[in-house]
Amino acid sequence: MGAFYLAIAEHGKVGNIRHMGATGQPAGQTRHMHVTREHLVGISGDLTALTAPEARDLLVRRQISATELAHAVLGQIERTETQVRSFITVTADEALAQAHAADLALSGSDPGATPPLTGIPIALKDLFCTTGVQTTAGSRILQGFIPPYDATVVARLRAAGAVFVGKANMDEFAMGSSTENSGYHPTHNPWDTSRVPGGSSGGSAAAVSAGQALLSLGTDTGGSIRQPASLCSVTGLKPTYGRVSRYGVVAFASSLDQVGPFSIGVEGSAMVLQAIAGADPMDATTAPVAVPDYRSTIRDGVKGLRIGVPAEYFTAGMEPDVERLVREAIQTLQGLGASVHPVSLPYSEHGLATYYIIAPAEASSNLSRYNGIKYGLAALDEVDMTKAMDATRQRGFGNEPKRRIMLGTYALSSGYYDAYYRKAQQVRTLIKADFDNAFASVDVIASPVSPTVAFKMGARIDDPLAMYLSDVCTIPVNVAGLPGISVPCGFDHQGLPVGLQLIGKAFDEATLFRAAFAYEGATSFHRQRPPLARSEASANQAPHA
Amino acid sequence: MNLTPEDVDHVATLARLGITAEDRSRFAEQLSGVLEHFRALQALDTTGISPTAQVFDLHSVMRDDVARPSLPREQVLANAPRQEDGFFRVQAVLET
Repeated sequence: MGAFYLAIAEHGKVGNIRHMGATGQPAGQTRHMHVTREHLVGISGDLTALTAPEARDLLVRRQISATELAHAVLGQIERTETQVRSFITVTADEALAQAHAADLALSGSDPGATPPLTGIPIALKDLFCTTGVQTTAGSRILQGFIPPYDATVVARLRAAGAVFVGKANMDEFAMGSSTENSGYHPTHNPWDTSRVPGGSSGGSAAAVSAGQALLSLGTDTGGSIRQPASLCSVTGLKPTYGRVSRYGVVAFASSLDQVGPFSIGVEGSAMVLQAIAGADPMDATTAPVAVPDYRSTIRDGVKGLRIGVPAEYFTAGMEPDVERLVREAIQTLQGLGASVHPVSLPYSEHGLATYYIIAPAEASSNLSRYNGIKYGLAALDEVDMTKAMDATRQRGFGNEPKRRIMLGTYALSSGYYDAYYRKAQQVRTLIKADFDNAFASVDVIASPVSPTVAFKMGARIDDPLAMYLSDVCTIPVNVAGLPGISVPCGFDHQGLPVGLQLIGKAFDEATLFRAAFAYEGATSFHRQRPPLARSEASANQAPHA
Repeated sequence: MNLTPEDVDHVATLARLGITAEDRSRFAEQLSGVLEHFRALQALDTTGISPTAQVFDLHSVMRDDVARPSLPREQVLANAPRQEDGFFRVQAVLET
């Protein structure tokens, strides 16, 4: 049976698969098929519209094959990538090999016992070390760098059976909020390709939004998962600081960086966090805190959940549609049985200034390793060691890393350390204390993710402060080390996506998943796809000139 | 807080970052603007507030001191811009 199944799957064509349901399926399983492939995928047969749990279900019941799914997302990349440009590297051959291995595993006697992400296509932000696959962190200074090892999260996803479709574009060293700072090319928002996808994990968000992968992995130092998730209308989670290992992740700001998932629908993010969370002997900053079974409580609803709403997060510069949609989302949660309470986070107003001392200071230290000796770009034409380092870094880094290295070096330099760095660390204490106080009386805090919808490409690129303001609602969460999730909560008058941010107590991602899942169950925003992702639309489009 | 072009030169030297004349004036302007934004922090009274370097109380995490294999030398050197006899090769540090 397994051989027959694979023979059909090799074709990788959607049309073939119906035969598989009829002929390749053990009779004993047929009666459990209350949800069919046709129900889930619809008449378009577009597998790239599946959520991760739907794909898992269909894979386990052999209604689709991993190879077919891999072909579907690779086809979607081929069709849409000239418009979106989510990837720095597409690993089609590796993906098909992994999908083949997944199909072998799924063809065994108990497909339900396969690892939970078996055969599910996932994109990786290009700062996760992947054995044998170029990892650039979006920087020219790392062009051609081939890691000799996997990041822990990559190894864990591999063990969970995931299929890696490629390395997603990003702002250089995760510095930016638009993915325009990539050393390679900008990524475009699938909802409006004249606009940015957000950043720094813009490639990861755009890939999931455009159906180029069912899941992706990003990092969030000041909003770099939640803000692009909001701008691209996908779910994005920043876990608690210490929840997920950073071993093998190119470092930006080590007291703030955290790894997290993107997905269509909340459950996919829960599946990824389940696979990657937990202490890692290779990262001493991972917390020895037990990881609960997220999907076992995700359907528990929000009855009795206390939601705090901080007035400080509905700022003056916020677009009216953003405020309206976020307030409507909070009402929806209230309608589902949650109670809503005002909370106050007065020091969050200083989050941005605090962050822009701490993050560049840590970055200036982390980026000192790029000196042209062990890996990456090197100014081999310079004979003097110091001049060679100066030249390597001048040629290899783009403007934003240079700005932040300068800012951080200044903030840490003799005579300024107390005025800037120490001061920022003290304010950090106050920002965190605000959250501790608020969480004494509520379970979750709700706010906007970004004060604006996706902005036009080029609009903020020469104005660092305007760009930094994109993250005003997300940065305090990193400063306090808390988990935060962005879920789609509607579209503004131009049809551009808006996200709701839910912030949780430390290590309480389970409650965030539960609240976000209840919310998306009452709405349909998360199932809306950008026109260019829809296969019928793509098929009608003229080829890219 | 205004950074002068001389300040920018000094910081660039500390950071081992080569900059052009154009960078120097642009960074002086942009970094001054960003630093101006930080002035609000200086106005806050933080007397007696201890600084937070990282948010959770994890200190001096220890593991068992067990030897394990490391990466083979050729893999470690595979990304090196220059290597010689199994070592990273760098420019001369001391003049001869």
